[in-house]
Amino acid sequence: MNVDPVTGTYSGNRGLQVEEPLIFEQGEEGRCGVDLPEPAKVASRLGNLARRKPVGLPGLSEPQVVRHYTRLSQKNYAIDTGLYPLGSCTMKHNPRLNEKMVRLQGLADLHPLQPVSTVQGALELIDQLAHWLKTLTGMPAVAMSPGAGAHGELCGIMAIRAALEHRGDARKRILVPESAHGTNPATAAACGYEVDPIPANAKGRVDLEAFRAKLGPDVAGIMITNPNTCGLFEPDIVEIAEAIHGAGGFFYCDGANFNAIVGRVRPGDLGIDCMHINLHKTFSTPHGGGGPGAGPVVLSEALAPFAPVPWVVHGAKGFDLVEQDPKKQAFGRLKGFHGQMGMFVRALAYMMSHGSDGLKQVAEDAVLNANYILASLKDDMSPAFPGTCMHEALFDDHFLKDTGVTTLDFAKALIDEGYHPMTMYFPLVVHGALLVEPTETESKDSLDRFIEVLRSLARRAKSGDAAYFEAAPKLTPRRRLDETAAARKPVLRWVPGSNTAKAAE
Amino acid sequence: MRYLPLTPADRQSMLARIGVRSMDDLYRDVPPKARRDKPVDLPSHQGELEVERAIGALAAKNLGTAKAPSFLGAGAYRHHVPAAVDHLIQRGEFLTSYTPYQPEVTQGTLEYLFEFQTQVALLTGMEVANASMYDGGTACAEAVMMANRVTRRSKAVLSGALHPHYAEITRTHAHFLGFKVEQPPADPEGKEDLARLVDADTSCVVVQNPNVFGHIQDLSGLAEACHKAGALLVVAVTEVVSLGAIEPPGAMGADIVVAEGQALGNSLGFGGPYVGLFATREKFLRQMPGRLVGETKDVDGRRGWVLTLSTREQHIRREKATSNICTNSGLCALAFTIHLTLLGEAGFQRLAALNHAAACMLADKLATLPGVSVLTRSFFNEFTVKLPKPAGPVVEALAKRGILGGVPASRLWPNEKALENLLLVAATETNTGADMDALAAALKEVLA
Repeated sequence: MNVDPVTGTYSGNRGLQVEEPLIFEQGEEGRCGVDLPEPAKVASRLGNLARRKPVGLPGLSEPQVVRHYTRLSQKNYAIDTGLYPLGSCTMKHNPRLNEKMVRLQGLADLHPLQPVSTVQGALELIDQLAHWLKTLTGMPAVAMSPGAGAHGELCGIMAIRAALEHRGDARKRILVPESAHGTNPATAAACGYEVDPIPANAKGRVDLEAFRAKLGPDVAGIMITNPNTCGLFEPDIVEIAEAIHGAGGFFYCDGANFNAIVGRVRPGDLGIDCMHINLHKTFSTPHGGGGPGAGPVVLSEALAPFAPVPWVVHGAKGFDLVEQDPKKQAFGRLKGFHGQMGMFVRALAYMMSHGSDGLKQVAEDAVLNANYILASLKDDMSPAFPGTCMHEALFDDHFLKDTGVTTLDFAKALIDEGYHPMTMYFPLVVHGALLVEPTETESKDSLDRFIEVLRSLARRAKSGDAAYFEAAPKLTPRRRLDETAAARKPVLRWVPGSNTAKAAE
Repeated sequence: MRYLPLTPADRQSMLARIGVRSMDDLYRDVPPKARRDKPVDLPSHQGELEVERAIGALAAKNLGTAKAPSFLGAGAYRHHVPAAVDHLIQRGEFLTSYTPYQPEVTQGTLEYLFEFQTQVALLTGMEVANASMYDGGTACAEAVMMANRVTRRSKAVLSGALHPHYAEITRTHAHFLGFKVEQPPADPEGKEDLARLVDADTSCVVVQNPNVFGHIQDLSGLAEACHKAGALLVVAVTEVVSLGAIEPPGAMGADIVVAEGQALGNSLGFGGPYVGLFATREKFLRQMPGRLVGETKDVDGRRGWVLTLSTREQHIRREKATSNICTNSGLCALAFTIHLTLLGEAGFQRLAALNHAAACMLADKLATLPGVSVLTRSFFNEFTVKLPKPAGPVVEALAKRGILGGVPASRLWPNEKALENLLLVAATETNTGADMDALAAALKEVLA
C-alpha cells in the first residue's frame, strides 16, 4: 500500500473520516443481504421474454450494507447536526413524531386503489388537512395532489388557464417579477404561456408602475412570491391584486414562504386567486436530500371547479373520492393516485402539535430570528435593503468589496467552521447575494454563535486574508470539486473497471 | 409548543437588539386589513400523546394491507421491505439533509444518488438515468415532452394498455402545451398494433410493459417501426421488480424508460410519495429532465460527486428550462437503492422469481372457479381475470369479508362498459398459500 499524498495515511482515511467505495466496488458475486425462500417450481409464463443477461448488481451482506450507508450518512450535513441557514429552502427541525405517525399500520400499508369503504380514515385525514389549509389561508378550496412546490405552481397556472379557456378567453402572457424563483417562469412556459418579466424596484419589491404598464387584455395572470425572495413582504399586494383582476387576469401567489406569515396573515384576505403551499417547508417534513415534497394549492371560488382530480368529498355515506369530474371541468390529472399522503400525515401531525396558537408563534419566531441576524450583522456584513425583513435576511457582497474574497469563498469558509452555508447568488436581483433563513427552531444561543462566526469571518476577509478563503474548505471529506469538468465530460454512472478510488481492504 | 426554543425573555431582548418595540412592528408592511392579531379558528396546540391518539384513531378506521390478504396492484405493489431500509433512511444525516448544493458536505447524498443512477441504468438496460422524479406517471409525461424536444415533432401515440393515470397526466400536459395525443381503446387481450399509428408527426410511442392488464410484450418490432419513422419508443414499467425476470426495455430498443420505483424500499402509503425512475440513451442526455449527479475530482485530485448539467434546469434557464421540476424524490430514491443493494443480483432475481411463481399459482387457482377465466397468457406478477358479473361490486363484497381482492377495471376506466367484468389481480412474495385459498374461497362464494 502506498501512503495517501493528502492525508499521509495508507488508507486515505483520516480518523473517523472514512473513504467509502461505491457498492459496485465492494460486492461479491452470489452474496446477498436478504434471505428469501426458494421459489416454487412453476412453468414460466414469461412468454419467452425471460431476462437473458444478469443485471450487473453487486452482492453485499446486510452488515456491509448497513455500514456503507451509515458511513455515507456521516458525510452529510443535516438539520439534525446543525444550523442549516439555506434561504428559500426552509430547513427547520423535523419532529420525529411525524415519522412515527406516517409509519402507522392503517396508513403506511394502504393501497391507493382499495375500495373507498376501506379507507374512510385516510380520506378523513386528507379532509382534515384540507380544512386546516383552507382556514389558515382564508381560501374556499384546495387541490391536494401536486407532488412538490413546483408541481403546485404548475397546478395553479393550469387552473388559471382552464378557467380562462372556460370563458373563451385565450390570453397569452404571464407576468413574473425578476426576483421570482426560477421555477415560476419555467412553470408559466410549461403551461404554454409567454413569460413577461417585471423589474424590482430599489427596495426589492415589485415595481408597481412597471407592473401597471404591462397590464393588458392578453395578460392571463401574475405570479408573485409573497413574502418575496428578498425576504420582504410586498406592501402593494392588495393594489396588485385589484389591478390584475381589473384587467381580467388572475393572481397566482407563490406560497413557498408561507411559513413567515402562517397564522398571522391569511393570503385570501390579500385578494389572491391561488397559492401553492410547500407542506415540507411550512409544516415540516424530512427533505431527505431534496425530496419528496408536497404542494397542495388553495383556490378561489372562481378556480375551484377546475382543480385536477382526484377530489375528496363528503356525502351521506361518508367520504368519497371523485376520480372523474362528472362536469368535465377539472383540467385533468396531475399525479398518479391521490397525492403525497405521507406528507399529509406529517403536515397534519405538525399542525396539531402546534395548533393555531403555535403556528402564529412559528411565523413570529421565524421572522424574529431572521431580523435578529440582520440587525446583529448589519455593521459587519451589508444588508441588501434597509429596514427589517420577514423570515430571511438578505445580504449582498458589498462588505467583501476589494477584499479579493468572493461570495462563494466566504460561504466555503463557513463550512470549515461547521456550518452549512446560506443560499448564495440568489435572488438574482442582488449582487453576490447571501440569503440566510434561520427558521423558528433555532435558539438564541445557536443564533448568537452563528452570528459571532459570521462576524469573525467578515472581519478576517476585510483584514486581507483572501488566500484563507480561497483555500476553504480544508476540513471536509472532499475539498472544492471541479464542477466544470463534471459538466464538460459527464460521468453519471459507474462502469466496470472505472474505480479510481482506493478499494476497501 | 415544544418545537420552539425561544423564551419570552429571549424574544424581548431580541426585539431590543433589532430596535423595535413589538412583533407588530416587524409585520408593518402587511396591509392593515390583512393583519390578524388573534389566532385563526382552529384547535390549539396538543401534546405528543394527544396527537398520537387522534391520528391513530384515523388509522384504525382503515383496513390496511398488513391485516387483510391483498391482491392489489395496478401501479402500486406491496412487497416486504427489509428492516434495515427504514432504519437507514431514518438516520438524521440522511433524513434531515437538503438538496446537495454544497458538495463538500453532502458527499453522502451525492454518492448514493450516483449509485442509484447506476442501478436504474442497469435495471432498465439504458445508458444513463437521472436521480429520480415525483412518480412513474409524471415521469411518463416528462418522457413524452422530452421526445417532443428531441424529435421536434408533436404527436404522441399512447398504448391503450398504458396505465390510465399515466395517460391522463400526459394528456393534461398535452392540452396546455398543445401537442397531440393519439390512443386506441384499452385492449385487454394484448393484441393492439401501435406501429400503424406512427407517422411523420409522431414524436414517440408510449407502451407499458408488462402492460396494465399484465401482458408481457416483445417490443423489438415496435422499436424498429418507431426508429424507421424517426420516432422514439418510450417504455413505462409500473412494477420495477419485473425487471429481475424479463428482458429490460433497453434490450428491446427503448429510447426512454420510465418506471415507478415504489415497489423497492417504499411503502404503499395510499399513493405517495413514490419514486419515478427515468433512463435514456447517452445521446439524449442534455434533453433529460430532472436532477443529475456526476463524478469529478476535488482540488486534491480525489474522486467526488457533484450535481451537474444544471444548465438545463429552471434555476439557470428559467422559462427556457428543460422542465419546471426542481426537486427529486431523494429519500424515496434512497430507500429504493438500499433495498436493491441488500438484494443484489441474486436476491433481486430470486425476488422476481418468487413474485412470478406466486402469480402463476394464483392464476391456476382462480381459473378453476366456475365462470372465471384468466385473460392474460404471459404475465409477471399481475394478470386480468374475467368474472361472470361486474367486478366493482364483487371487490366490495370481498372487502366486507376482509379480503382486498384486486383492482376492478372499472376503477381505472369508469365509463368502459366492455371492461366492467374485468378484475386486475396481483400476487407478490407477501402472499401466502393461505391468502390465495382465502381469495379463491371468498370469490367462489361471492360469485355463486
